[in-house]
Amino acid sequence: MPTPVTQEQRNIQKTGKNDPIPVQVLLILLTFAFFASFVFMPLALVFSQALGKGWQLYIDSIREPFAIAALKLTLLTAAIVVPLNAVFGVAAAWAVSKFSFRGKTLLVSLLDLPFAVSPVIAGLIFVLLLGSRTPFGSWLGEHGIRIIFSTPGIVIATLFVTFPFVARELIPLMESQGREEEEAAVTLGAKGWQMFRIVTLPNIRWGLLYGMILCMARSIGEFGAVSVVSGHIRGMTNTVPLHVEILYSEYNYTASFAVASILVFLAIFTIVAKALLEHQIQQRQPAQADLT
Amino acid sequence: MPPFSTNRKHILPGFGLSMGYTVFYLSAIVIVPLATIVIGTFRMDPQAFIGTVTAPRVLASCRLSLTTALLAALCDSVFGFLAAWTLVRYRFPGRKILDALVDIPFALPTAVAGICFATLYSPVGWIGQLLAAKGIQLINTPTGIVIALIFIGFPFVVRTLQPVLSELEPEIEESARSLGATRWQTFRRVLFPHLFPSLLTGATLSFARGIGEYGSVIFIAGNLPYKTEIAPLMIMSKLDQFDYDGASAVAFMLLIASFTMLLMLNAVQRWQEKASH
Amino acid sequence: MNIAQSVKLKLTLALLLFSGFHATGAHATPPAPGNVTLLNVSYDPTRELYQSENTSFASYWLKKTGQTVTINQSHGGSGKQARAVIDGLEADVVTLALAYDIDAIADSKLLDLNWQQRLPQNSTPYTSTVVFVVRKGNPKGIRNWDDLVKPGVSVITPNPKTSGGARWNYLAAWGYKQKQTGSAVQAKAFVKALFKNVPVLDTGARGSTLTFTQRGIGDVLITWENEAHLIRKEFGEDKFDIIAPPVSILAEPPVAVIDKNVGKHGTRKVAEAYLTFLYSPEAQEIIARNSYRPRNAAILKKYAASFPNIRLFTLGELFGTWRQAQKAHFSDGGTFDQITAP
Repeated sequence: MPTPVTQEQRNIQKTGKNDPIPVQVLLILLTFAFFASFVFMPLALVFSQALGKGWQLYIDSIREPFAIAALKLTLLTAAIVVPLNAVFGVAAAWAVSKFSFRGKTLLVSLLDLPFAVSPVIAGLIFVLLLGSRTPFGSWLGEHGIRIIFSTPGIVIATLFVTFPFVARELIPLMESQGREEEEAAVTLGAKGWQMFRIVTLPNIRWGLLYGMILCMARSIGEFGAVSVVSGHIRGMTNTVPLHVEILYSEYNYTASFAVASILVFLAIFTIVAKALLEHQIQQRQPAQADLT
Repeated sequence: MPPFSTNRKHILPGFGLSMGYTVFYLSAIVIVPLATIVIGTFRMDPQAFIGTVTAPRVLASCRLSLTTALLAALCDSVFGFLAAWTLVRYRFPGRKILDALVDIPFALPTAVAGICFATLYSPVGWIGQLLAAKGIQLINTPTGIVIALIFIGFPFVVRTLQPVLSELEPEIEESARSLGATRWQTFRRVLFPHLFPSLLTGATLSFARGIGEYGSVIFIAGNLPYKTEIAPLMIMSKLDQFDYDGASAVAFMLLIASFTMLLMLNAVQRWQEKASH
Repeated sequence: MNIAQSVKLKLTLALLLFSGFHATGAHATPPAPGNVTLLNVSYDPTRELYQSENTSFASYWLKKTGQTVTINQSHGGSGKQARAVIDGLEADVVTLALAYDIDAIADSKLLDLNWQQRLPQNSTPYTSTVVFVVRKGNPKGIRNWDDLVKPGVSVITPNPKTSGGARWNYLAAWGYKQKQTGSAVQAKAFVKALFKNVPVLDTGARGSTLTFTQRGIGDVLITWENEAHLIRKEFGEDKFDIIAPPVSILAEPPVAVIDKNVGKHGTRKVAEAYLTFLYSPEAQEIIARNSYRPRNAAILKKYAASFPNIRLFTLGELFGTWRQAQKAHFSDGGTFDQITAP
């Protein structure tokens, strides 16, 4: 049984090769032109500014204790947010894609809502809900529980902002896969969890992984919402994006762009890791396919 | 297309659990917090609410946010479609790198993106210099806002189109061709209609995101009242005057706009799916 | 069982999250007697100032009491910072750009309404004023406020709605004209003409500095005196000149202890000592070195060379209290909204 990945690749090779070469070249060049002006240029600017005063200063800026504290906080936030949203994404995609029920359109729209909510509002709502002006917030304050202007507040705001990524990735995928395979497994006597592990998970793993990567990328890069709920206390509640902004307003451009470049590296690193993993599993796939 | 039939008995397990969890988590993270805005708005004196949201400056900022986001979404549809098409169908050196870089706008903090674009397009920047020689200045104009929003929104279009493009059966195209359709006809009559719902989804998401974007825009916008002041900045400036009600009122209007759009989009999609069966 | 397993997984995750909450909540417990931590919530341009002051105060306090004090810093737009404190950012002391922002904190009952009487000189350990920064050689010949409304002069100042510094700038321009002509109507027309020459309104003072210095936009930047000196230090004295107008406003950025928070943290003594320390000769020297005008007359005299003789009028002279000034000029429907309406 050929894996979906290789099937997909076969499709691509067939369809892509059908297009005339001049068209291909033209479209590829246009794509490069778009990327050059909208992605390469900003990235090149980040690195040229970061390295503008030499490697030594670059490395010093990254190793500075406040930068490291910010990086730790950012990674901690991502480490909490990504698994939580992944579990939710799978549950939501399962409910939405395998069953039909009333109000599905409403539910799906609500799932997408955080994409459409301004980051400013995303921060504002948690301040309105948990800030000390509210009864709940002042109750928390009296019991020494800090949420807003502390790590949990940053985590919650990030959860909100990255909420739809996994679900959004999985719903169309699982809908297009239909439910025959799972139904067959259940008919053959598989228990729910078994069915999920043996049939569903292998089918959705790329979508899931991809959704998690997007979720991770967005959670390390989120600025607006986090900026509202962080107290901007150096070394305590500054995430990397906030630290970048602070350095920038201190006229410390080199350090600011150096720290920003860490974010670029993190993003590229996760994406390259995904590509490598994909490649490896693809190579191992035929053997596994024979076993089943 | 998924075989949805409402009268078949569900034998798949886990509906209660997954649905329950979805609703619980959705309520805790999204609905309850957003309800604070709605409640805050309803507690306002209706006159004060109407006064706030119909103030000419607020209306001007909403108009600006909507038009720039719409323009950016249109540009994103074109560029995003192009990028998704080449990335999926063609093999060329650097393809994987480009594919990876599509997510950069998600990962790069919006403030950094804003600073970068403002620096690039400033009269002394790499691109701004060339434009300044021709007497064009994009920074501090609505065009500058559109540029920042194109950057913010284009991954949505690319990433919604890519899976659909890569799952296209080559047979569809082949059969269209064997029936005598030209390449362009095949694209226009067969491929594009198939891709259109995803394109629409991606464009709507990028539109919705653009309306609310703050971090990347304020650096390049100029923020002049009635000219280049965006709606999220109105919220911020109301907050900075400790006017929580006013901020909630403007936020409420933006929320309604975004949500209506998503609801319409999803309804259209469901309807299309049903029609195709 | 299937459901049991997945429920277990979710419970574990939930616990993980909540243990995170409690771990952070634990930081809120009072510190050990040998150590004390203060949080100073301040506005944008004072980072460099308070970095020096904090080091200096820490060694003073250690010598005096044997206690090690760590002062955490938080900086941002003045209004934004005040709002964060109102919403629960547990600042022990606030050092903001204008009294109105601390008034707003007092309104939410975090400190006494008469806070400004508690420390000498309206609780402002230093003052500053508003000056102009121009490109080297002053190509547009800017000397006075009237030069800013000339056609073809491009002026950079931040948005008074979002920036405390911008409000001082606005009132300085207004006050200059009102003192000159004695007419508020003319002052308003003058400020309106000035804002016609403003191509961009950044949200904060630092944003305006960047627009002017890094992006090469504008002929003149209106800014804090201390910021003007910092610009020359950071970007090169060969690139920018400071022009002191003959008349400007006396800006008084106040400081205050947040009663409710120091009560909760048990830090009242050290917080009060910290603010009183700002009036000491040692701290006043640091203030002067950072180009803020010290209250201490002897030290002001010592650094007189860096503070040109500008005729300074106070807020009270022309605009009353900050609450009144805010309402008349910057609230929705105030003069700023009127002059920027098309």
